[in-house]
Amino acid sequence: MEPARIEMLESKIPSGPIERKWEKARFDMKLVNPANRRKHRIIIVGSGLAGASAAASLGQQGYNVDCFSFHDSPRRAHSIAAQGGINAAKNYRNDGDSIFRLFYDTVKGGDFRAREANVYRLAQISVNIIDQCVAQGVPFAREYGGLLDTRSFGGVQVSRTFYARGQTGQQLLLGAYQALEEQVAAGSVKMHSRSEMLDLVLVNGRARGIITRDLVSGAIESHAADVVVLATGGYGNVFYLSTNAKGSNATAIWRAHRRGALFGNPCFTQIHPTCIPVSNENQSKLTLMSESLRNDGRVWVPKKKGDNRAPAGIPEDERDYYLERRYPSFGNLVPRDVASRNAKEVCDEGRGVGPGGQGVYLDFADAIGRLGEAQVREKYGNLFDMYEEITGENAYKVPMRIFPAVHYTMGGLWVDYQLMSTLPGLFVAGEANFSDHGANRLGASALMQGLADGYFILPYTLPNYIASNTLEKVDTSHPAFAEVKDEVAKRVARMVNVRGKRTVDSIHKELGRMMWENCGMARTEAGLRSNLAGIPALREEFWHNVNIIGSGEELNQSLEKAGRVADFLELGELICLDALQRAESCGGHFRVESQTPDGEALRDDERFSYASAWEWKGDGGQWELQKEPLAFEHVHLAQRSYK
Amino acid sequence: MNLTLKIWRQQNAKAPGGFATYQVQDVTPDMSFLEMLDLLNENLQAKGEPPVAFEHDCREGICGSCGFLINGVAHGGRRGTTVCQLSMRFFKDGDCLTLEPWRARAFPVLRDLAVDRSPFDRIIQAGGFITAPTGGAPDANAILVPKDAAETAFDAAACIGCGACVAACPNAAAMLFTAAKVTHLNALPQGQPQRDRRTLGMVAAMTEELFGSCTNHGECEAVCPKKIPIEFIGKMNRDLICATLHHRGE
Repeated sequence: MEPARIEMLESKIPSGPIERKWEKARFDMKLVNPANRRKHRIIIVGSGLAGASAAASLGQQGYNVDCFSFHDSPRRAHSIAAQGGINAAKNYRNDGDSIFRLFYDTVKGGDFRAREANVYRLAQISVNIIDQCVAQGVPFAREYGGLLDTRSFGGVQVSRTFYARGQTGQQLLLGAYQALEEQVAAGSVKMHSRSEMLDLVLVNGRARGIITRDLVSGAIESHAADVVVLATGGYGNVFYLSTNAKGSNATAIWRAHRRGALFGNPCFTQIHPTCIPVSNENQSKLTLMSESLRNDGRVWVPKKKGDNRAPAGIPEDERDYYLERRYPSFGNLVPRDVASRNAKEVCDEGRGVGPGGQGVYLDFADAIGRLGEAQVREKYGNLFDMYEEITGENAYKVPMRIFPAVHYTMGGLWVDYQLMSTLPGLFVAGEANFSDHGANRLGASALMQGLADGYFILPYTLPNYIASNTLEKVDTSHPAFAEVKDEVAKRVARMVNVRGKRTVDSIHKELGRMMWENCGMARTEAGLRSNLAGIPALREEFWHNVNIIGSGEELNQSLEKAGRVADFLELGELICLDALQRAESCGGHFRVESQTPDGEALRDDERFSYASAWEWKGDGGQWELQKEPLAFEHVHLAQRSYK
Repeated sequence: MNLTLKIWRQQNAKAPGGFATYQVQDVTPDMSFLEMLDLLNENLQAKGEPPVAFEHDCREGICGSCGFLINGVAHGGRRGTTVCQLSMRFFKDGDCLTLEPWRARAFPVLRDLAVDRSPFDRIIQAGGFITAPTGGAPDANAILVPKDAAETAFDAAACIGCGACVAACPNAAAMLFTAAKVTHLNALPQGQPQRDRRTLGMVAAMTEELFGSCTNHGECEAVCPKKIPIEFIGKMNRDLICATLHHRGE
């Protein structure tokens, strides 16, 4: 059989008016007869919102699904930590919302670096997601009449965010998890917990399986299928300190990238403005405080450099409410990227507060004066409690201290309109793909995208791929499996046998510092070039001096971490390379060289109105850049302004 | 501050385990408990000794991965707190702490402080869901849910499946975990069609997985990091009686 041809960057956007594209695409898709579905095997890696919802939905349709998770249970996936809510263009509030407005807000919020057709489809599907989740018993907030409650969120002017207290991600994930477990009981889904994907297997150019490591026994295993889905989340942990869970990693998408899948917009990372500042050098992660706090909290720093008086001792006229000063119309509610960058600037000027000067105040004194402590407690009580639990400070009495932290990655594997990567048979869903958020994601849109991909897009596009291609019978006895399995086993053994002096964490922290310093909130050519020299050197250090105690044939958490860090040491370099070539500022990507006279991000649509897609060309930092041009036919290209 | 830790070390499920004693120096009050263990592990690895295996992921108290006993108390005894959110400022210089994995027949130790909690997934498989195949749902506002039912459902659904309730119970019962899911789904209008099947199925699965029964000690509620109240066990028992009567003779 002839190898499948890799069709580079053909986005496969259906023709016709934007509001009919998804309908047309679905009608044009080929179907698989119900009786034939059980003959097809689908591998889904990841069990978060995208993975669990896809596994449950495809299991219901009658396919044989194998779902993999490195956690002990699919319910642990990091989707569970999302706090705020999920957007949907239901217009239940009668306040002017519509599918078009959600589409418009998302394209604009992404600073015009996302594909219009994908975003429109996301807005269309958003309404079905809420229906689906309610039917599953997700306990969304309700009005007294029994109808759903919504709130406003993240700088948009309508109230379209559905929520379940501060634990929306948890409740949506449990809904998908329960649907998944129902399919496990029915026998259509087989769950492989504590099983980490370490490589992708291609047969004749098509994705036909994966190699995993059993995290308890250490056994390296092969799994074959007709199609492989990666729903493995984002790569924010390349920065070491982030709001991501400790286990969140890029290994699955990175291994697929090395096998030929193009990586889209790697430098588009989101830094969230309201996190609890770093307090000690052993800090292992950063905790997010919901963005909703900016509705009532006022952000300020002292006007004077190095003013270390207690906040209450600083008189009103010696405080700089810098967001209100610079952005009178949006004030404290400017988008995430703008708020983060401004916090960095005032701290760089030496006006930051708290230990190390890396923090700004988020002050509720005015809100408490206006509303009373009881009402503030009712709105934000759980967040104030969490803050006190971590910092030991009572935010009703003293202002909170906050600082930006890495939160989400908009980039990911490049996918076409069908969510298929450049490798035939390899689909990518949720945060792991690059598709819908452009250069900046709006609040409450990550949950929406993960579930749209899993519940309502893959269940159409996967069967279409299966029905449109003649897929030869392949099982794990095919030589391609033995070959890749051998490579994986050798790599694990090589890592274990370095027996050097440095722990995995110490190397990861060093990478994180480099990334944060030179490829964080503000990026310069010189800083990026220094990383492009520093990261390969650190990678060398890893492969010659890492120390992993124990063997590969046991539960070995250092080894698990080491494999992930080894991949971050390659991905970090690509992120910097992408940030270097994109000599414009857009969304979360701020190039110091490209700003307006008053210090705002300056986009360059003439030169950079494209999605970058990088092709792996071998070890040692070799990549080739391809570009998918972006056309804006429905949303007028404009410089964002929040003044 | 400096601490003495007595930690359960066990290489795998089949190997015998035992306590080992370690000193940790230079612990600061702004570290979390797990960051203190990270520090211990860095030091152990520098000496060529295997680090202590413990489960963790989100480190913000929501994923349910972490959990072990500190001086015999699940998650360390601070009300409503998982061990990942437990701050070191609640400890003092010179403290001696004993760390052990969850102890329950249904949760075999995998290594050190990590145990196998897969029985929880199987309890969910036995009925902890509402059957709603993707695509067939009516408009979300077509289903009215009274606010108090939604609140009860949420209070129960807050469970993170960490297993502390089992570890704290003298009978190693999984009643609080199971009751939380039964209460969540049985409180909602959407959950009514499968109410009896769910309750009977999940309670049967709990027994098959070798968990004990509830004898009202209330230890589970005391250690639950999400403050799930024990009254949900009462609710589940009422539902169980009703379901058993509805289905008697079957």
